[in-house]
Amino acid sequence: MQEFLNMGGYAEFVWPSYGVSVLLLVALVIASVRRLRRVERDLKPFEDARKARRRRPARQESMSS
Amino acid sequence: MAVDLHRFANPARFMRLTDAIFPWSLGLTVLLLASGLYYALIASPQDYQQGETVRIMFVHVPAAWMALSVYSMMAISAAVGWIWKHPVADLSAKAAAPAGACFCFLALVTGALWGQPMWGTYWVWDARLTSMLILFFLYLGYMAIWEAFDDQSKAAKAAAILVIIGAINIPVIKFSVDWWNTLHQPASVATMEGPKIHSSILTPLLLMAGAYTALFVTIFIIRVKAEILDRRLRIMRMNQVQEKGLKG
Repeated sequence: MQEFLNMGGYAEFVWPSYGVSVLLLVALVIASVRRLRRVERDLKPFEDARKARRRRPARQESMSS
Repeated sequence: MAVDLHRFANPARFMRLTDAIFPWSLGLTVLLLASGLYYALIASPQDYQQGETVRIMFVHVPAAWMALSVYSMMAISAAVGWIWKHPVADLSAKAAAPAGACFCFLALVTGALWGQPMWGTYWVWDARLTSMLILFFLYLGYMAIWEAFDDQSKAAKAAAILVIIGAINIPVIKFSVDWWNTLHQPASVATMEGPKIHSSILTPLLLMAGAYTALFVTIFIIRVKAEILDRRLRIMRMNQVQEKGLKG
């Protein structure tokens, strides 16, 4: 295990390479998912309003008769 | 049998397609990443010249390949968006850019971390490294243009011009190691004679390349969906403002 972590004396170059790759790519995934969730949340009231508007004309008709 | 690509210019249909692909690309990413990292860090031998630093290659080369192929994909998408006015094509290029920029940054940083022990320097201003740095700035410039315009169709056009002109840089990067004297080694996998490296090193490299590709597809699907819904949101907000204007 010690030998594995030591990377033949090149630990200070090998592990940061893997570390920065993992960190940046994980951050990219998290940022992308968060952005999608935020857009979906902002869009929801508009989609709900549109659905309600589609239903309303039928209801108004039944009330007036 | 010809596939009618125009069908996928419809955002809703495009999203149904990407939603269907998503679980597969996610599963493939996890599978390839796990097996790739196992081979890269544990199962593969050290290089007789480079020792353990050869393991940096398994995160450096796939990142560099992705930086180039994502940019090429963006240039093609932007051209399609510009010529045929397909909004999905413009949004595809926009969605891919941050991922490409990350891959390009990783290629530069892991390259520096590999260069120090093997070449004795983190950085040299030679053709391959400099053209790769230019690619990184092209990515940043492309993203900055999208932010700079309120009018999204104008932004798409300006960004498309940048990304298409910048595409000249792609063959420059690819052939820089042949055209100029450089510290960077020439191509050793995608050559006319086939790969020049041993299978014990080639296996983890190809697995990691596959993992990075699958990861890109996964991230791209998330990002392009956000872009399509964001565009819908902008249109609905604009309609709302106009309706209020008419009433008031």
